[in-house]
Amino acid sequence: MPGARIRTIRGHAGIGAPVRAQALVAADGFSARYDLDRVKGVFARPAHKLYGRAYVGRILVLDQAKGGVATAWMFHEMQARGMAPAALLLNHANPVMAQGAAFGGVVLMDRFEGDVTALIPDDALLELEPEKGLVHVLEE
Amino acid sequence: MRLSDEEKRMADGGMGEPRRLAIGQQLAVGRFFDAEDFVPVTQAHVMADGEAVGEAGTAMLERCAAAPRDERRVVIPTITDPRGVDPAACSWLDQPEHAPEREGRIVKAFEAMGVLLTNTCINYQVVVPPTRGEHLAMGDTGSTIYCNGVLGARSNFEGGVAAFWAGLTGRVPRYGMHRPEERRANRHYVIDFEPADLADWGALGGLIGRRMTSYFDVPLVSGVKVSPGSDAMKHFGAALASYGSTPMFHMQGVTPDAASIEQATGGGALDAERLGRGDLDAFYDGFAREGEPVDVVVFAAPQLSLYEMRLIAGLLDGRRVKPEVAVLLTAPPEVVRACERMGLRATIEASGARILEGVCFYQMYAREMGERMGWKRLATNSAKLANIIQGYGYEPVLLPTARCIEAAIRGHV
Repeated sequence: MPGARIRTIRGHAGIGAPVRAQALVAADGFSARYDLDRVKGVFARPAHKLYGRAYVGRILVLDQAKGGVATAWMFHEMQARGMAPAALLLNHANPVMAQGAAFGGVVLMDRFEGDVTALIPDDALLELEPEKGLVHVLEE
Repeated sequence: MRLSDEEKRMADGGMGEPRRLAIGQQLAVGRFFDAEDFVPVTQAHVMADGEAVGEAGTAMLERCAAAPRDERRVVIPTITDPRGVDPAACSWLDQPEHAPEREGRIVKAFEAMGVLLTNTCINYQVVVPPTRGEHLAMGDTGSTIYCNGVLGARSNFEGGVAAFWAGLTGRVPRYGMHRPEERRANRHYVIDFEPADLADWGALGGLIGRRMTSYFDVPLVSGVKVSPGSDAMKHFGAALASYGSTPMFHMQGVTPDAASIEQATGGGALDAERLGRGDLDAFYDGFAREGEPVDVVVFAAPQLSLYEMRLIAGLLDGRRVKPEVAVLLTAPPEVVRACERMGLRATIEASGARILEGVCFYQMYAREMGERMGWKRLATNSAKLANIIQGYGYEPVLLPTARCIEAAIRGHV
């Protein structure tokens, strides 16, 4: 049942407030500018493994941050329009993701105990405690 | 993080709301990366085109600009990346109606805060090149990697608003590329071919960028026989930063901290991966569209230097591009003025190609522009642009510079 914790994954302390949402998972990188159609709320780069999938309100679980220094502005705008993901879990964040998380109010965590894209199945229901660096899997 | 008295005063709001907001954001990022303190920076470079900034970001800038003068002014030289609109080209490019209005608001806010509107991503070529050891807040991945790798300066990606925060506080959190130990090579690639064209250098950057696994991977490239020059390094770095998330590289015998492998790595040897002509060809093949028509040929990302403008003017001299194909060159305002003085603009425009000033193609509402102009098949010599423009609905083909011109004249690849 939702709320019961099946297991917990540990990472580095993140940015943002606790959140609960469904995961969208792929072993691929992430750039807000290069990968997303921010008007339609879907992944738009054909080569991306999440191409065509809707990301709004989801916890994106991806490998590493790619280029794209516009991320902070874009997260901020996406949040203002209600078109932001709920959170971003990466194996390796980069500065622009951290800057974007802080400015755009998008939860960010990284540096997990293993490959986070393998530890979390697609569509799993997650609960995040960013300050403690904890990801709780509630349903999978 | 340890804070100085001045930093505490900023954080407490004693130096105004914009600086309180700025250092609060910087503290969140610094803590995320375990920074122990701040480091002063000598200049900041802000990416803030209207498409990226959006309505919410524009309103935030206007709020900062409305603060009292002593609270809103930047404290270090703070310059801008390309804008989203070239007023001279906005209408024929059919950019969104709101684009010039929003750009105007951003420009007005920046001017009120003392930001210098350089509108270029190649500030290291056309504004003030940083020097070795200088700490910076560079706001474009291409300018960051060039300043770190080629010039030996020190900067993380200070993306968009983050460089603006640095302009207001005069500092950034000390982590990543500000720390000498993070700048050492931990990946090694040996090339056994000689890149010739700018597109080859970009493709090499893309090849290596795809192999990077985190922001903290620092590649060393060996086997480069002749120092390739500023524009080649620009394309190499921009693509490396785009395909990876890479802010720093070494090139043995070329860049300032890589006279030897040992200097680049900090002592140890690394297992090297060899990259050959076949790898380069395979990279190009990933974009191959032989014989297909092209809608638009773009020279951008990074903006063009005076020497690149000269190169393309030479290839276009006395020729006409096919009327159905748009040929666009983006350049900083200072380069455009130089091209006018030196006759290069006249040569380029006589061919039917167009120069866009102070903008870069992917930063000017590329998706909407493409849909309205009917542009989908895009040829470019920029491996960076070929990578990122796919997310805007284009089908790019990466070609050496002269082949881009031939495609523009024939109308197909």
